Amino acid sequence: MAFRLRKKKDMPDGLWSKCSACGAMVFTKELEKNLSVCPKCAFHHTISARRRIEITADPGSFEERFTDLQPADRLGFVDEIPYSEKIHRAQEKTGNAEACLAGICAIGGHRAALAVLDFTFMGGSMGEVVGEKITLTIELAGKEDIPVVIFSASGGARMHEGAISLMQLAKTCGELNHYSKNGGFSISVMTNPTTGGVTASFASTCDILVGEPGALIGFAGPRVIQNTIRQELPEGFQRAEFLLEKGQIDLIAPRQEMRETLTRILAYAPQHRQAGT
Amino acid sequence: MAGKKEKKTEGRTALPFEQPIEEVRSRLVELEELAERTSHDLSEELEFYRDRLARLTRETYSNLTPWERVQVARHPDRPLTTDYIRTLCTDFVELHGDGFYGDDRAMVTGLGILCGKRVLVVGQRKGRTTKGRLECNFGSSHPEGYRKALRKMKLAERMKLPVVVFVNTPGAYPGVGAEERGQARAIAENIYQMFDVKVPIVVVVIGEGGSGGALGIAVGDRIGMLENSWYSVISPEGCASILWRSAEGKEKAAEALKLTAIDLKKFGIIDAIIPEPLGGAHTNAEAAIRAVGQQIVAWLEELESLDGDDLLSRRREKFRHIASATAVLSRAVAEAETKKDDAPGPGSSDATVLPASTRRTGRGVSRRAGKGRDGRG
Repeated sequence: MAFRLRKKKDMPDGLWSKCSACGAMVFTKELEKNLSVCPKCAFHHTISARRRIEITADPGSFEERFTDLQPADRLGFVDEIPYSEKIHRAQEKTGNAEACLAGICAIGGHRAALAVLDFTFMGGSMGEVVGEKITLTIELAGKEDIPVVIFSASGGARMHEGAISLMQLAKTCGELNHYSKNGGFSISVMTNPTTGGVTASFASTCDILVGEPGALIGFAGPRVIQNTIRQELPEGFQRAEFLLEKGQIDLIAPRQEMRETLTRILAYAPQHRQAGT
Repeated sequence: MAGKKEKKTEGRTALPFEQPIEEVRSRLVELEELAERTSHDLSEELEFYRDRLARLTRETYSNLTPWERVQVARHPDRPLTTDYIRTLCTDFVELHGDGFYGDDRAMVTGLGILCGKRVLVVGQRKGRTTKGRLECNFGSSHPEGYRKALRKMKLAERMKLPVVVFVNTPGAYPGVGAEERGQARAIAENIYQMFDVKVPIVVVVIGEGGSGGALGIAVGDRIGMLENSWYSVISPEGCASILWRSAEGKEKAAEALKLTAIDLKKFGIIDAIIPEPLGGAHTNAEAAIRAVGQQIVAWLEELESLDGDDLLSRRREKFRHIASATAVLSRAVAEAETKKDDAPGPGSSDATVLPASTRRTGRGVSRRAGKGRDGRG
């Protein structure tokens, strides 16, 4: 469902990467310069939350918050390996404590609270700590009287935390509701992929919904739907362009123009207008 | 009358683990029939089988595995939302449609007098017959179902009627039309907007509480679960197909997901477990339904005195703190650390003291988190 970039193993030093969307061999450096958008087919490949912040926030403006929130295995969940071990491996791999980085930054000079889900950490799934970080980021935006921008890249709620994960949908929506009622302004950017409990909560209830080109956005995953209806899915089904056509998102912005697009929208935010910007 | 009843008993669907109970039961039924026909005194034998039936039922039902509970929650004879409405409500006026696209049969909404109280009912409908089940997509709603529910809840607010919600869904419907019409968004909107409904909302999970499909109508001031119902982020089958890559994993998944009423009460997600008659709600629907009715009325009386704004802030607080234990704990640690950092002296992040729960489970977590922080540069 989600195309991934693979470093070609028989190539020295990962000099070349193969685009899993079109199969083209791309010079890795060029791909990175192109913000991980395939220069051949324009597919927007998944990027880490750190990289996302790097290309979105004004240089040096990001102040990370809530770094001490630690996930815990409250269910004692074990499949192939214990959940606590999965957390451990994901932390080792990403260098982050959880699948969400959050803080305050400036985007094109506009101060905003920012939360970014990290697909490279257990598929960006939302458990208690991810839900809490999103909630705290919204709360922070309210306290500071600034807009909030949330980037999603997530398979949905995290199974390993059972009903506790599910309750994060309500927790985040409750906070967003409170923030909005008190004059808040929120932007949700849905990147590849944004599905399940994340789409079914804060990612869909922000004031403005932005999609990245080609991003898979939906409730059920395409495989689940296919298994249910036993039919071929229509071309482009659940992609950002499909959602735009069905009237479900406000706009699509390519990665290269994302910062610019957010900057232009943020200029209309009630908070920034009051500040005279 | 008696003959009809026996027929129904004989035709009862027995779950695999209920088989031994069913054998004793059918033996008892045979014996009862025989006792009616003959002049022999069979009271001793009858007594024996009655006793054995009771004992076996008690033994089986006091030791249900999570997967067995899931099966009970889906039992074909288990009372459904429509049974609750029929039994508990007088003067039920069904109200259809989302006022925009269609009328989802998988969601039933309407006005009723529930145990003497005027309420608005919202519930997921599964259907009893094959035709009925198909009509209701086996209890899986489309976006118009969620929009219908929300529209009626707003009506309840205008009419100053409390909302009573019966949750019973395997999950929201995964299909092309559902996605095209914004399934995720419909559920998200419901969750978001239920925080604005200024009348009491009382929720009971009567069978299956399948993920967002359940939560989409379940943001309530009081939440209860019948003893043998389940409520989780994904169905055991769904979880098994992803993590165990086989349907056989469903038993393990049911175990791992901690989806029973007892688990959810322990996590602080629900307010009460409503006990079922011995042998499950399907063996005595009337008693199960009455127990649910009593709980609903008790809660409605508790909530009656609260004014709208108070209700809303309490509802938000409830979900703010539901299942936040770990987060709250580690946040307390974070605050303590900030204070320590402010104070002069070494504030090495390696020395982070984790709360007991995290220390036990998150191996070496604090060290790596510290690295992440330092490496941020």
